[in-house]
Amino acid sequence: MSAAEDVVTEGQAVEAVPKRVMTLGTGTSLVVLAALVILPVFVKNFIIFQMTMLLIYGLAVLALNILTGGSGQFSLGQSAFYAIGAYTTAVLMEQFNVNYALTLPIAGVVCFGFGYLFGQPALRLSGVYLALATFALATALPQLLKLGYFEGWTGGVQGLVVTKPDAPFGLPISQDLWLYYFSLAITIAIYVASVNLLRSRSGRAFMAIRDNEIAASAMGVDVALYKTLAFGVSAGITGVAGGLGAIAVQFVAPDGYTITLAISLFLGMVVGGVGWLPGSIVGAAFIIFVPNIAEGISKGLSGAVFGVLLFLVIYLVPHGARDILRLVERRRT
Amino acid sequence: MTTLLNVKDLRAYYGQVQALHGLSFSLNEGSLTTLLGANGAGKTTTLRAICNMVRSTGGIEFDGKPLNNKSTENIVRFGIAHVPQGRGTFTTMTVEENLQLGAITRKDNAGIISDIERMYAHFPVLKQRHTQQAGTLSGGEQQMLAVARALMLRPRLMLLDEPSFGLAPLVVRDLFGILGKINREDKVSILVVEQNAQLALELADQAYVIETGRIVMSGKAKDIANNEEIRKSYLGY
Amino acid sequence: MELFTNQVLAGIATGAIYACMALAVVMIYQAIDHLNFAQGEMAMFATFISWQLMQWGVPYWGAFVITLALSFVGGIAIERILFKPLAKAPVLTNVAGFIALFAIINSSAGLIWDFTIKQYPTPFGSAPLLGSQLISTHQAGMIGVTVLLLLGLYFFFQYTRIGLAMRAAASVPESARLVGINTSWMVALGWGMATAIGSIAGMLVAPVVFLEPNMMGGVLIYGFAAAVLGGLSSPLGAVTGGFLVGIFENLVGTYIPGVGNELKLPIALALIISVLVVKPAGLFGRPIVKRV
Repeated sequence: MSAAEDVVTEGQAVEAVPKRVMTLGTGTSLVVLAALVILPVFVKNFIIFQMTMLLIYGLAVLALNILTGGSGQFSLGQSAFYAIGAYTTAVLMEQFNVNYALTLPIAGVVCFGFGYLFGQPALRLSGVYLALATFALATALPQLLKLGYFEGWTGGVQGLVVTKPDAPFGLPISQDLWLYYFSLAITIAIYVASVNLLRSRSGRAFMAIRDNEIAASAMGVDVALYKTLAFGVSAGITGVAGGLGAIAVQFVAPDGYTITLAISLFLGMVVGGVGWLPGSIVGAAFIIFVPNIAEGISKGLSGAVFGVLLFLVIYLVPHGARDILRLVERRRT
Repeated sequence: MTTLLNVKDLRAYYGQVQALHGLSFSLNEGSLTTLLGANGAGKTTTLRAICNMVRSTGGIEFDGKPLNNKSTENIVRFGIAHVPQGRGTFTTMTVEENLQLGAITRKDNAGIISDIERMYAHFPVLKQRHTQQAGTLSGGEQQMLAVARALMLRPRLMLLDEPSFGLAPLVVRDLFGILGKINREDKVSILVVEQNAQLALELADQAYVIETGRIVMSGKAKDIANNEEIRKSYLGY
Repeated sequence: MELFTNQVLAGIATGAIYACMALAVVMIYQAIDHLNFAQGEMAMFATFISWQLMQWGVPYWGAFVITLALSFVGGIAIERILFKPLAKAPVLTNVAGFIALFAIINSSAGLIWDFTIKQYPTPFGSAPLLGSQLISTHQAGMIGVTVLLLLGLYFFFQYTRIGLAMRAAASVPESARLVGINTSWMVALGWGMATAIGSIAGMLVAPVVFLEPNMMGGVLIYGFAAAVLGGLSSPLGAVTGGFLVGIFENLVGTYIPGVGNELKLPIALALIISVLVVKPAGLFGRPIVKRV
């Protein structure tokens, strides 16, 4: 070893997750699905709204899970892609009168592009450096959205109001309920596609990179391609979630997409279990309901509660919700 | 002669894999003992187990005191200096800082300064390079630095892990000469692990041969070197 | 020309703060190979403590010294209790730990001292230094304190046994243990010192950015940018990076039209990413070679 360089065996970025534990069994999946379909009929509009947000954040956490749990790359910058998706939808709907359903694939494609581009420099970074670069991205993006140059489109600091769509074909359901089922359909489609992606050849390539990048490249995996691809896919899904979020909240503004959102999504992934896709919805529930409860007790408390719970998760159930599910299953048998 | 190091029924593990299977040997004060064996026999693991750098069970006594469950850094304070495989040089620091680090547990500043001078006398090349970054030294020079760093502890026992590895034969001769001199003159007991059995047997007075984690042969170095059968079956020369 | 000198000096003054933050980040990075995302919040909390002490009537420098001592102890406590158990955990777990710490400190500061902006005193005054319009006394004070700190640290690491031991523990931990250094405590000591250095940055910058729980967000990003620019493996690089980033920030803000306050963070972002892409080891760092 010369003095001019350090040789390191790099510490593992993410613990390896066996492929078979990445999803739920068929039976459990159907039960969850049935609950998601039936439940909203019986609850108040506000609860429906929150359930919609649950699906949307679930998608965003799922996207991060594909990136981190699948390919072993970090991102503390998912809020940036979420914001780009939200703004794409809002600007298209309000400035160009595009149909809301059409804006979502566009948001996905735009974000895929951004993610793919960001993945290029990210290729050269790993572990903590990537966390840093994405952290900086999340901090900087709201400032960019406020810029005067784009104000004609984005509404600057004021943001944009987004119109909530009616149910189509004269269906006799409320706007909220329609948006919920619309989001549910998209969520299920993306979830199924993601599961298949991770089971495919590309998924195996992601996981090989996650577990050992150098060995993966030695086996002939095109590391650069798959790492940027993972970034692109993750950003694309996050963008769709962002677009849906803009419609659900009926508003976009730079300060809605700060680093706090990025951290929440990251938190949701850790709580739900890194690499365990169904955990994404558990994680999303955590990041939606915990702050609500905590802020109800005292203003500013949610950060502390988040932090303490996160430490508890790290120490007690390092695989997040997946560990809890395993515990329950073991007790049953 | 008193026993300085006594190892009894030593078993060591890397995760689930057991590397040593009940190894016992002892080493007398003032002796120069060598531990021989093929690649993977468990020589390095034995040294690492003595310094508690690998999970192990069994008895390790140094000068009558048990070393088990003591941390690596505390074992050093008993006067055991370990020169690891690959030399463990602090590559970004100067040669002199490396020597000072060897004496970091000592408090006698005057003694440290005079010991550094003594090391420069043993290894003149280190004096020439004392302000240089240690990583810029050649392999042989780094090995000398590692030995000198270990001696800065004023150890009672020095553990050397394959000091000849990767060095030119002439440099190895030189180094082994110095080791013998240190053993005789400074009364430092030495336990040296080697693959170069011929050379190690010339240097040592006591020898153990290990195979797959067990001692299979022990005796005076001279006797083992003269026993053709042992040489052929275990030492490969 | 006067504008240029003025901006460079102001850049050096803010650069001093970035240098302190970068140094704190690098010290912890050297010790445990992780970036402390909560470094800014720890500094903010320390600054609040010093403010509270002053509210209780302790004079500025008294509060300053007490805060340093508390930060040092607090940093060690955080390492021992929260992060030592994570030493062998994957990177992701550690990142999550730092984020949890970030959230807890930020939220606690808000709960204890609320989120309103507070004035923070400067012991140097804010008059122009020596009647010159180039630089204020507080800016000169920031530079002065930082330079003293850097000299002290240089002396500590270069000429004391414990400094030598800390360097050894950070560069080759296994060898350090083999010469008898308790590397685990060296890590804790690094945390303590980094926390204290961060708190100095917090107390120096508080009169400029005002005291509130989110005051260190931007400063930390610039600290990261400085650390990355200088090289995460080099304390000297981190300091140099800090000053360079400070000057760069001021000059860009002055000479490139349309770059106002709102573009400052994107610039830090661009800087971080370009350095990471072009020269990942930074200006002074050592390249890292990975193996399986």
